[in-house]
Amino acid sequence: MWMTGLRGLDWMPDIWQEFDRMQREAGRLFPGIGTNYYENFPAINLWMNENNIVVTAEIPGIDPADIDISVEGDILQISGSRKLDELDEGAKFLRQERSQGGFRRKVRLPFRVESDKVEAQYEKGVLKINLPRLEDDKPKKISIKSE
Amino acid sequence: MAEKGKQMEPRKEQAPVAQESMKNRPVYVPRVDIIEDNEAIVLMADMPGVDEGNVDIVLEKGVLTINGRVDDYFPEDHRLMYAEYGTGDYRRSFTVTDAIDHNRIEATMKNGVLKLVLPKGEQAKPKKISVKTA
Repeated sequence: MWMTGLRGLDWMPDIWQEFDRMQREAGRLFPGIGTNYYENFPAINLWMNENNIVVTAEIPGIDPADIDISVEGDILQISGSRKLDELDEGAKFLRQERSQGGFRRKVRLPFRVESDKVEAQYEKGVLKINLPRLEDDKPKKISIKSE
Repeated sequence: MAEKGKQMEPRKEQAPVAQESMKNRPVYVPRVDIIEDNEAIVLMADMPGVDEGNVDIVLEKGVLTINGRVDDYFPEDHRLMYAEYGTGDYRRSFTVTDAIDHNRIEATMKNGVLKLVLPKGEQAKPKKISVKTA
């Protein structure tokens, strides 16, 4: 369940994944319905070209020091824990929709990446990870010799 | 006391009709926590992608509206291959009673989370009335 398949350039959206995305979207438009916030948290978007991948994830209100990113081959793992402020003495919740706690997300990338060249930045509650393609994994142009 | 919790109910029924945007852009409802203590009501809203310059907070006729605009992000020369979340703006309205001191509302934005402090006016603070013995 942790793994989200993302193989190849001709990757086709899985029907269940698409359903999951729609449900997530519905949850954002109308809080209170849809999936549990921490199922498949954080939500990610993946951008790519031939030699690079950019993954963005929405993780509002977290200390960047509490986010762990690791890469092994073509597996990206984002984990961490979101702690919300504790209630002061005498305070009470009128409404509680934001969740807290640990999360872990594993994503299979379309190709293997240079793990020591991965860069991440956290800004305005959005995590951006830049993952360059492994040199060995890049497509090679093969020239045809004519006799 | 039971009625106090109703102060900050979101106005679900009216929002889509009354506040539709001119732009064809999704508008999301941010998830919020609302915490009340003796001094104030504190509202925390998750709005990832919004910075402090792009938040509008309007209090008009007892309705508090939060608006957050998200700057679009497209990495150059990349194609979007897989999307689990859409980029859009955030909007949500709450009814606020006169119990709030409208002049002392404070807003801060940090790491995509808006924190609004709505201090209670003097008349709304719980008063302890001592009973004198005759």
